[in-house]
Amino acid sequence: MTTTQSQTTEVVDMITVVIDGFEVSVPKGTLVIRAAEKLGIQIPRFCDHPLLDPVGACRQCLVDIEINGRAFPKPQASCTIPVEPGMIVKTQLTSDVAEKAQRGVMELLLVNHPLDCPVCDKGGECPLQNQAMSNGQAESRFEGKKRTFEKPINLSSQVLLDRERCVLCARCTRFSEQIASDPFITLNERGALQQVGIYEEQPFESYFSGNTVQICPVGALTGASYRFRARPFDLVSTPSACEHCASGCDMRTDVRRGKTLRRLGGDDPTINEEWNCDKGRWAFKYITAIDRLAQPMVRNSDGELVVASWPEAIAAAAAGLSGAKAAVLVGGRATYEDAYGYSKFARVALGTNDIDFRARVTSDEERDFLAAHIVGTSTTYKDIDKADHVLLVGFEPEEESPIVFLRLNKQVRKRKLKVTSIGTKLSIGVEKLGATFVKVAPGAESAAIASQSLTAQSLILVGERASESAGALSAVAALAAQSGAKIAWIPRRAGERGALEAGAIGNLLPGGRPVTDAAARVDLASAWSVASVPTNVGRSTKEIVSAINSGELSALVVGGVDPLDLDNSTETLSALKKAFVVSLEIAPSAVTERADVVLPVAAVTEKSGSFLNWTGSARAFDAAVADSLNRSDVRILSMIADELGKTISLGTVSAAAREIASLGPWDGARAAFTATPAGSAATLAADEALITSWRRLLDLGTLQKGEDNLAGTARQTVAVISPKRASAIGVTTGDQVSISNSLGSVVLPVLVEDIHDDAVWAPRNSRGSELLAKLGSAHGVVVKVVKA
Amino acid sequence: MSDQLEPKASKDVDVNNVEFTPVVNNGPSSLPAQLKGFWITFRTMFKKTLAVEYPEVKAPTQERFHGRHQLNRHPDGLEKCIGCELCAWACPADAIYVEGADNTEENRMSPGERYGKVYQINYLRCVFCGLCIEACPTRALTMTNEYELADNSRSSLIFEKDDLLAPLRAGMLMPPHPMYPEADHHTYYRGEVPEAHPSQEVNK
Repeated sequence: MTTTQSQTTEVVDMITVVIDGFEVSVPKGTLVIRAAEKLGIQIPRFCDHPLLDPVGACRQCLVDIEINGRAFPKPQASCTIPVEPGMIVKTQLTSDVAEKAQRGVMELLLVNHPLDCPVCDKGGECPLQNQAMSNGQAESRFEGKKRTFEKPINLSSQVLLDRERCVLCARCTRFSEQIASDPFITLNERGALQQVGIYEEQPFESYFSGNTVQICPVGALTGASYRFRARPFDLVSTPSACEHCASGCDMRTDVRRGKTLRRLGGDDPTINEEWNCDKGRWAFKYITAIDRLAQPMVRNSDGELVVASWPEAIAAAAAGLSGAKAAVLVGGRATYEDAYGYSKFARVALGTNDIDFRARVTSDEERDFLAAHIVGTSTTYKDIDKADHVLLVGFEPEEESPIVFLRLNKQVRKRKLKVTSIGTKLSIGVEKLGATFVKVAPGAESAAIASQSLTAQSLILVGERASESAGALSAVAALAAQSGAKIAWIPRRAGERGALEAGAIGNLLPGGRPVTDAAARVDLASAWSVASVPTNVGRSTKEIVSAINSGELSALVVGGVDPLDLDNSTETLSALKKAFVVSLEIAPSAVTERADVVLPVAAVTEKSGSFLNWTGSARAFDAAVADSLNRSDVRILSMIADELGKTISLGTVSAAAREIASLGPWDGARAAFTATPAGSAATLAADEALITSWRRLLDLGTLQKGEDNLAGTARQTVAVISPKRASAIGVTTGDQVSISNSLGSVVLPVLVEDIHDDAVWAPRNSRGSELLAKLGSAHGVVVKVVKA
Repeated sequence: MSDQLEPKASKDVDVNNVEFTPVVNNGPSSLPAQLKGFWITFRTMFKKTLAVEYPEVKAPTQERFHGRHQLNRHPDGLEKCIGCELCAWACPADAIYVEGADNTEENRMSPGERYGKVYQINYLRCVFCGLCIEACPTRALTMTNEYELADNSRSSLIFEKDDLLAPLRAGMLMPPHPMYPEADHHTYYRGEVPEAHPSQEVNK
């Protein structure tokens, strides 16, 4: 638990204090407990946490303090007192008074603490257990009856509370209030009955609730999924990277006998600062799901998928791809190395630039924007710390990149950072940030962006949904050019930034080399030792699908893509049926059902690799499940390429990583960007609205399968309409409305809230609201909204 | 450190100049000395034999002999094991593997919240030291006097929970079944549950 607080570069006043006879100089404002840590003196503590405000709740860190010869009459809590000049501190090591005080506090804490360490999940990694051994006494003098409560109670479907174990340190309540701004839990009652509680009508449905389990210094808060599953000594821990979003969290994966049992937030002060979100923490059951693909499969002459050996399957894949006009869909979840593998495979083995990593609603404007403004750039979380104004465009930080939200929230709390969000509906996250909300109709974002005034210190955070509104990205580029503000692009999926840098897109080659630049192509061809790389700008996901349906393309290599993430899912499904499809997947999906060759690949805990987060920095990780037989995509692609006779020589992940490093980024001119004009506003009838949506953090996502406890904390699925529309169609909050178009309809309970009068909002992929699957579109399209 | 262990050069060792100690051989012992030795042999011929005709005859071990383990039951048949893994933690030979799980109302194996879902002892590793017994907080794990633990395959010497569980005695019911009426896990640990109550019979 080292301090990660202030990393300011300006000169700070240093104060010298004496702790246990040793002098130490620390910046002004440092707490005594932290100054002691600097000397290697550990003062026992429970409530103290370097990232939370001091509270002095547990009283375990009592020390003797004397300032300029005047001693405090009683021992003081070292976690609440900042150092002062002339301070002489005596900890338990040199002061009998402090030692006795700590021993006494520990004894009092243990009076009501049950001796159920054998059944407690924290047993073996418990600060209370450890510090009772190091600073407590072995014998208890307490002979009365311990306070007991009914146990455990659910704070949410995922977080369980054993009240008698709680030492009232208030770490969890402080975290919820100060870090997540979700003050759903609080300390109720007083005295011996004091306990952590939830408001009766609002469960602990915070996206960050898992952090309270991690920082609980006793076993009072436990996660339902890990409860009773293992002991710390059973687990093999591996530092890993989170595969769920582009925030780029450091994680720790705990594996017992080849099975992932737990994931914890790692401590990376530059990114996630010990925290992570519940999705990153708990959504890993898909890895051990029983329906994982284990063996390669090949479609036989009867049209059935049958299990085949690896050589057979590779040969079948190569036979189908050889000579065919093929394209590659990568999906946004590939690691950097895997995406590079796909990129090189498309160019070298298939001889095409028809590759796209964007398995979502996209536009050509976005592709050009990424090539001109994003690829090869780097941002840091520090840019948020330093920004004078952060503008959010098509981006819901809490839902789409939760650690970015935490960082924004920290700056809002610390220095009232000005945040402006341009969107159609005021979201909970934006409300928590106290942001200026610029309400626009779906499709009218670009005008609102253009009207913003930013400075050179400002930061524009552009989400992937900005591509759904024509002209929005052009307006962002223009705003940045005019104001000097920095642009950062925050996709939702973990692999998208890496795939962009790896050139898994039609207009870019690896390292950000523009396809249209002859010098870049020559540079790459010589690095790859091939005669040439294809010269035409490749097709986008949508164009690939229609090219297959029109017969221009006949084969497809598909990574982790869900056709229902696209706004042309019907065409995509028929294209998958029509083309010769090689699918590299971890579990059966709509793609594998229609594929001709299915090749099982490793899930993220089973392979090594790296993810590039939205800032452009990489987090490499090793396989957590070391003895998995599954292989990374890049190795399998390499085998197919060998079979095709057009080798890509990427037999291992490390070979790919080395090749990426030696290739380096492009230092030539960037691709030019032509602005796209904004779309025209649609005219709406009285019962018509423009649909708008985003994906919630916890929804029906593929990687959240099998974790019901986590799904239980998802936000309620509602359709949001404005008060004006509500009165027009005669509904109030709680009534059902039907949202429909020619393709289908969804019926949802309605919530009347702050949203543009022309818009209706619904979650994009939550239960009952699978917009892309049912309506075929999710933003800016006219739908009918009527009372159901 | 290694520089103190320098080998001797060959010239330091002189094979021709080794000290010999002559062997003392005083010839055969005297007759009385030999008689004294044979007397012990002769006297033993009339003593009761200790050896038994194993395996036809099996002599009981000492009472506290460390033999095969047993997972005990409460008097109503619920398992005492709570799956805490302290035995596995204590084991110096890493011979014990435990996985805990939640007791539910429909599937209650032990009093309280937690039970041992998987319990394995690998007798190829076990050194019968008894540290697991000392570690067990519920006296669920004890050792019997059974010592016949030989077999001809590795897998048969990894004992599963079924192999280790104590038999059902009179008054016990096969779990899963609910706890004794009005009892909680404290009542069980204090030994206040006498035997299964008719209301606990749910499997019949």
